[in-house]
Amino acid sequence: MFSHIRTIWLTFLHLFHKKVTIEYPDEKVKLHPRWRGRIVLTKDPDGGERCVGCYLCAAACPVDCIALQATEDENGRRYPEFFRINFSRCIFCGFCEEACPTYAIQLIPDFEMAEYKRQNLVFEKEDLLINSEGKYPGYNFYKVAGMNAGVKEKGKGEEEEEPVDVFSLLP
Amino acid sequence: MQHVWIVLGVLFVLLNVAAGLIWVERRMLAMWQDRLGPNRAGPLGLLIVLADTLKLFFKEDWIPSFADKKIFVIAPAIVVASVLMSFVVIPFAPGIVVADLNIGVLFFLAMSSLGVYSIVLGGWASNNKYSLLGAMRGASQMIAYEVFMGLSLMGVVMMTGSFRLTDIVEAQRSVWFCFTQPLGLILFFIAGIAETHRLPFDIPESESELIAGFHSEYSGMKFGMFFIGEYLGVTLISAMTVTMFFGGWMGPEFLPGWAWFFIKTFAFILFFILLRASLPRPRYDQLMESGWKVLLPLVLVNILVTGAVLLYLKG
Amino acid sequence: MSLLFYISSVVAIVATLLVITCHRPIHALLYLVVSFLAVSMIFLSLGAPFVAVLEVILYAGAIIVLLIFVVMMLNLGQEAALQEKQWLQPKVWVGPSILVAVLLLEMSILLLRGESAAIQPAVDMKRISLVLFKEYVIAVELVGFLLMAGIVGAAHIGKHKKKHPHRFLQNGKENGHADNNENNKEVKPGELLKEEMIHN
Repeated sequence: MFSHIRTIWLTFLHLFHKKVTIEYPDEKVKLHPRWRGRIVLTKDPDGGERCVGCYLCAAACPVDCIALQATEDENGRRYPEFFRINFSRCIFCGFCEEACPTYAIQLIPDFEMAEYKRQNLVFEKEDLLINSEGKYPGYNFYKVAGMNAGVKEKGKGEEEEEPVDVFSLLP
Repeated sequence: MQHVWIVLGVLFVLLNVAAGLIWVERRMLAMWQDRLGPNRAGPLGLLIVLADTLKLFFKEDWIPSFADKKIFVIAPAIVVASVLMSFVVIPFAPGIVVADLNIGVLFFLAMSSLGVYSIVLGGWASNNKYSLLGAMRGASQMIAYEVFMGLSLMGVVMMTGSFRLTDIVEAQRSVWFCFTQPLGLILFFIAGIAETHRLPFDIPESESELIAGFHSEYSGMKFGMFFIGEYLGVTLISAMTVTMFFGGWMGPEFLPGWAWFFIKTFAFILFFILLRASLPRPRYDQLMESGWKVLLPLVLVNILVTGAVLLYLKG
Repeated sequence: MSLLFYISSVVAIVATLLVITCHRPIHALLYLVVSFLAVSMIFLSLGAPFVAVLEVILYAGAIIVLLIFVVMMLNLGQEAALQEKQWLQPKVWVGPSILVAVLLLEMSILLLRGESAAIQPAVDMKRISLVLFKEYVIAVELVGFLLMAGIVGAAHIGKHKKKHPHRFLQNGKENGHADNNENNKEVKPGELLKEEMIHN
């Protein structure tokens, strides 16, 4: 009986406690940098697309919401011809971000993407591309990759040795 | 003519209070759970009452094909009618009472005992296992607690020597009965909670086990009637507690009688909500056992002691 | 007042007839409630509010609820309705209704003579209780004994049976019912399992 009265009293005291409610549209929720929200495609510091169309994100996606088609430009640089994410299927698991070898696909702290029409949730490449380097500033895949895709000559990258001249006799 | 105005005024105030309790209850429950509650629609969220009522009116009013249609329709009306009938005898202020019967307390008990039909018939007519279980629980719970409710008021009646509620209020001019009849007050309040099947004694409708029990199959305004009936019941028990034990309209002079009555009643309504926020639901057999084995002997002891003291004081 | 009396009398008679002729038990019981309410209204119009309210509290509020409770548990279906229909054949109801008609005749003769039909003055609670506890105190005491016997009997029937917990729980010290159990063998769970395996 005493414990009941004590329960009632303690519950009554909660009237004067600080409320935990965040009044959302007026007061934004604090999101942390690694919060997994809307998916974007980032660009490298030179303004080129980072995505190389390797299909690893589409393969890693557990709900198969990513569709893309890789192609090459005249310099041999690979990029996606189209890149489509169906956000009505996406579960924001972040596997695509982990799978991406070039830091191109990233999840950013933004969840306000409600739509009245379901078709509007299918995002094309122009919707996904942002003019930013995302969480990895300064990273440029073709600067560290071995191949020449119009960004740098072979062997001219940082910490990259000149290609071996197979015709010379010296090792 | 003045009588008609009193009737209309009481009806108007009661229905508004019952509707407003939707907001009060949700807001206060939220406060006691460290939340804010509905605060968007209108000032302080008050228009949520309007929104809820509109929603109830425009919902599909569905009668299940397997239900007993006549009884299914009658049941929700019974609860509101019986509770509103009970308000007839309650004196809100000196002179503001619909019918000052000389059997006021008994009339209140009779009407609240009719309220059990809405649960029993509603649950039976729904033709649904959970509803039937809820109806059976409701019937046994309400019959059991009706007994204590009646008996717990008898101490007050013995001290006053009258069943008339205005007499009972007048008898508290010097000292309120909550001081002379504390046991009666506690028992009456417990029985009142069980009678209105409010939490923690909401065993007929317990959402977590019986998916709303006797009103599982109800929707639209029929459900709304049960809803309003419950809030009216809460108001009724609060008003009765105030009338019987807390001096009705009595209070210091700077406020009129009806204001004191409403303040006290509102305090008890808030206490009802506080109980809902804090206490868990007992098991069904625990409820019945405590009713028959603890509360009934206590009530009888209360009557016995009151009678003995009264006889002793008489000399 | 007499208009009220006649209206409620008609309601009571119609409701009672419907109680008899209704096929579905729950509907019949509802009409019975209506009839009780009408009778209590008659009491009220005759100036006996105490009896009227008691009629509502006891009959309409408690006893009929119990009847409805029982009917709900019995789950009477179509067969019960058919049986009721059979019972309503003339050969069943002619005899009782002749007897009732004789009673009605007697009552109407009495009423038409107009000797006892005068409306009594209001009966208040004080007079009822004085009569109950002075002249009829022995009857009240006897009824009290009867109710006490009923309560004791109900408490005896409703007493909890001794609980027989699962055999694994019977040995535990924390179980209060273990010592009440006669077949409380000191068997450890592992041994029991072994026995079972042998039997299988």
